[in-house]
Amino acid sequence: MRRLLLIAIPYVWLAALFLVPFAIVLKISLSDAAIAMPPYMPQFDWTEGIGAFLGELDFENFTFLIEDSLYWKSYLSSLQIATTSMLLTLLVGYPIAYGMARAPEEWRPTLMMLVILPFWTSFLIRVYAWKGILANEGFLNQFLMWTGIVSDPLQILNTTTAVYIGIVYTYLPFMILPIYAALDRMDDSLIEAAEDLGCSRMSAFWLVTVPLSKSGIIAGCFLVFIPAMGEFVIPSLLGGSDTLMIGKVLWEEFFSNRDWPVASAVAVILLMILVVPIVLFQRNQQKEQEADQ
Amino acid sequence: MKRLSAFNVVSLTLGFAFLYIPMLILILFSFNEGKLVTVWAGFSTKWYGELMQNDAMLQAAWVTIKVAVFSSTIATVLGTMAAYVLVRGGRFMGRTLFSGMIYAPLVMPEVITGLSLLLLFIGIGLDRGVLTIVLAHTTFSMCYVSVVVSSRLATFDHSLEEAALDLGCSPAEAFRLVTLPIIAPAVVSGWLLAFTLSLDDLVIASFNTGPAATTLPIKIFSAVRLGVSPEINALSTIMIGIVTVGVISASLISKQALVKQRREEQEAVRSA
Repeated sequence: MRRLLLIAIPYVWLAALFLVPFAIVLKISLSDAAIAMPPYMPQFDWTEGIGAFLGELDFENFTFLIEDSLYWKSYLSSLQIATTSMLLTLLVGYPIAYGMARAPEEWRPTLMMLVILPFWTSFLIRVYAWKGILANEGFLNQFLMWTGIVSDPLQILNTTTAVYIGIVYTYLPFMILPIYAALDRMDDSLIEAAEDLGCSRMSAFWLVTVPLSKSGIIAGCFLVFIPAMGEFVIPSLLGGSDTLMIGKVLWEEFFSNRDWPVASAVAVILLMILVVPIVLFQRNQQKEQEADQ
Repeated sequence: MKRLSAFNVVSLTLGFAFLYIPMLILILFSFNEGKLVTVWAGFSTKWYGELMQNDAMLQAAWVTIKVAVFSSTIATVLGTMAAYVLVRGGRFMGRTLFSGMIYAPLVMPEVITGLSLLLLFIGIGLDRGVLTIVLAHTTFSMCYVSVVVSSRLATFDHSLEEAALDLGCSPAEAFRLVTLPIIAPAVVSGWLLAFTLSLDDLVIASFNTGPAATTLPIKIFSAVRLGVSPEINALSTIMIGIVTVGVISASLISKQALVKQRREEQEAVRSA
């Protein structure tokens, strides 16, 4: 009885506030827009039964999304931005995680804390910090002009480059921590064995270290890619008007155009794109957890 | 024996410089005399003074703290329960769905979570305001708590609980007297994590807020959209300061707790 209650309380909470809302989004994405509060026409009266429901389904919001090139361009550009910044984050994060794992034992808790600290600091503030740095008269341009690398300020703020920098910067701890955790668990004698058997340091790294940190790389990549797909704050503060990202489109559809059914349809398609990576991420985490036990 | 190669030293130095220099610049310019955040015009604390006069900001800060305290506390209770179910619950119907609902919110784009919760609240006729933000924050932060707590639960010896049960404890007593003290540091850091996540959140709060409940991130975002201002730098500096003190003291406390626990375990082994 007590066990049942223990399972039921968090289960029901998550079902009611995580699962049910998705069903509602799906339903509203199939409704018509209306100038009212809430601004949509319910497409389905729950009392009419399932037959009437299926008969009245209305896919016009989805056809609208397909016909208007803004939407599929935004999905594609979000995919591209999320993939590129995931790879950039891996490229920046792996050497840091690797350096941490090879640092003397007594440094590691401090290094770990130095990685976690920015992660606890407000996301919004960390994105805002780059606004002052990347601006035309900002810190980076002042520095570049002082060193003589460029003679005119570079336009970085309000471009897609700024979005990449923003994503790499804010998501970096999510990449470093799982990779570091995987590298930290690794038995160093494996590297020694590989070197004794004639591997060069470089090939020992590629043949032993990288495969053994695979689970960390996978977790880190998902932790960057999935949320970056729907990112809103970074493109709206650092990106320009030509930086298309679907999270921003959804936000504007909802808050500026007040078209809730279209916003819901945008969310449904985004979710369909993300279902595969989310399931793979969850599998990876579950495997890790079972390996721990 | 591990050697820290030159490559390791360089990548650590550059990596941490990349992580910290932007924040240091932000803090530096909160003490700027001038109105620009890019040109230094002398030291001044006047922006902190102006911040203290800004009633709307202070009001928003108060709402944010209220929301964070309530949501993180409820999330800690629910998240610890969920972690216990995940690690010790054994097999039950829908276990995969349950673990899916724990891990999915961690990576779910905030725009989707925010929109879907809003539609739920409207569907059941709940007025948007502090309550709806608390419910929304509780839902996503309980998943973080549960991940933190379950990793601690998974690594400690199950036989300690079994011993307590064999010695006549009820399951509730075994949890309170044995399990809870062991996982306490994880529960505390789960609470802290939930608290800062709630303090931080802009997107989900924007969807679920009402006219009476403007949180600090919403306020900051609308100011920042218009451009940079030293007042926001001052506010950011205060927030960074609070988080830094919090994280450092939390890590010192958990380190002490760990040392104490190890010592007690060793004593117990010795006296047995």
